[in-house]
Amino acid sequence: MNRLSWFNTVSLTLGFAFLYIPMVILIVYSFNESKLVTVWAGFSTKWYGELLGNDAFLSAAWVTVKVAVLSSTFATVLGTMGAYVLVRGGRFMGRTLFSGMIYAPLVMPEVITGLSLLLLFIGIGIERGVMTIVLAHTTFSMCYVSVVVSSRLVTFDRSLEEAALDLGCSPAEAFRLVTLPIIAPAVISGWLLAFTLSLDDLVIASFTSGPSATTLPIKIFSAVRLGVSPEINALSTIMIGIVTVGVISASLISKQALVRQKRDEQAAARAQ
Amino acid sequence: MRRFLLIAIPYAWLTVLFLVPFAIVFKISLSDYAVSIPPYVPQFDWAEGIMAFIRELDFENFVFLTEDDLYWKAYLSSLKIAISATFLTLCVGYPIAYGMARAPEEWRPTLMMLVILPFWTSFLIRVYAWMGILSNEGYLNQVLLWTGIINEPLTILNTNTAVYIGIVYTYLPFMILPVYSALDRLDGSLIEAAEDLGCSRAKAFWLVTIPLSRPGIIAGCFLVFIPTLGEFVIPSLLGGSGTLMIGKVLWEEFFSNRDWPVASAVAVILLLILVIPIVLFQRNQQKQAEAEQ
Repeated sequence: MNRLSWFNTVSLTLGFAFLYIPMVILIVYSFNESKLVTVWAGFSTKWYGELLGNDAFLSAAWVTVKVAVLSSTFATVLGTMGAYVLVRGGRFMGRTLFSGMIYAPLVMPEVITGLSLLLLFIGIGIERGVMTIVLAHTTFSMCYVSVVVSSRLVTFDRSLEEAALDLGCSPAEAFRLVTLPIIAPAVISGWLLAFTLSLDDLVIASFTSGPSATTLPIKIFSAVRLGVSPEINALSTIMIGIVTVGVISASLISKQALVRQKRDEQAAARAQ
Repeated sequence: MRRFLLIAIPYAWLTVLFLVPFAIVFKISLSDYAVSIPPYVPQFDWAEGIMAFIRELDFENFVFLTEDDLYWKAYLSSLKIAISATFLTLCVGYPIAYGMARAPEEWRPTLMMLVILPFWTSFLIRVYAWMGILSNEGYLNQVLLWTGIINEPLTILNTNTAVYIGIVYTYLPFMILPVYSALDRLDGSLIEAAEDLGCSRAKAFWLVTIPLSRPGIIAGCFLVFIPTLGEFVIPSLLGGSGTLMIGKVLWEEFFSNRDWPVASAVAVILLLILVIPIVLFQRNQQKQAEAEQ
């Protein structure tokens, strides 16, 4: 179907323009000299300097990164276990409930998840702060990790694991030496997904954080409610930059891994 | 033993941090408002047992929701906004997905990455970007005034129009990806056959391409509709005081009015409304998975 009609060309051009122009404007105007965000007054990096001098933003950024690293790591461990149980667990009591609990948070409105977790934390009397945000983020992002990892596990050739067991590996060794390296790309993309979900989250963090912990999205949201500001433009540009570099390098890495895997498979086929 | 732990750890985690909280929301939605901390009278006392709970059960908060027409209107207007926005997203997303599916093979990974990239960028930032564009002195009005298309700046920010634009913009990747994957699998020879048999190109598109991409359309629509219904960030940043959406009402009920029982009742009803599309969505996914095997 390689026939791009004029209609296809126009819709692709307009579509990608629609997706990218808002972000391009944001980036361009973050280098605007003027305090009036919508009036161009010459190139300047002063808002970046101002941002670096803003302790409130810096400490919020630090809290956000801490929460994201911790919650995505926990979520990856729990989510991989969850995926393993879903795909390999066989039958056990309450299996339907378990898979329901894995899939439900994916479609749950954030306001409900946030509200319910807050009520839980108050009910059992935990003081709200970094730890409660980590618990909340781990819970919803482990489900995303489970979905990503289980889609890899489904296509996984089980005979490789069985061969390792036959050759004298313990189940733990077979997992570490055979299964894990094969599902590693899915586990890594699960971690990355959990990490960005946590960096991004405003609603659940607002419900589950206390006065002692403010994350960057909470800070941005309260600043943005008052209107557009050049400092937020600068901050957004930095965040867009980090994500772009991350996504592009992740896709390059996975491309390389694919090439290497293909080469290995060909070598194995030749050896036979 | 090892298998038991493997199952038990994630199971216990989700039970404590997902299932139990819902039970609590449900419980508090049935209790009374009180000026205290926490601001509700617990209705359920383990010591009294379940029988006493059932005897004293009252649906006062739910009755309250039906009496005050703010909530009615908020649910209805959320539904209306979510349905129309989903339709708009489909109208914008389908041509893009169609163009991607017909693009040369070597472009597709790049196009795919260009669609996914915004999805990884902060939701909040993407919504915020539109505030600068749509405001009265914003970039859009500047361009329109400069080209002489309009003489007076348009008021778009803080209206429902801005909310629609925001939803279409942020949820577009969720529509494009499933539609694209359905179109990508479509067998091109079917369209050629239709054309050989005398269909015009437009007719072949309407009679062959659209029906065969239906699973993708359905999946995309659910992926946009379900999160939009409870959306909070978009109506609160781009919408005005006249924009009623249930996510915003719940937030305000909780943070501004501090009426937790009513906020919980609002959440319970939102959940009940969402159960139908979620079940339908899962059916659709299952059917598709079976069809592929």
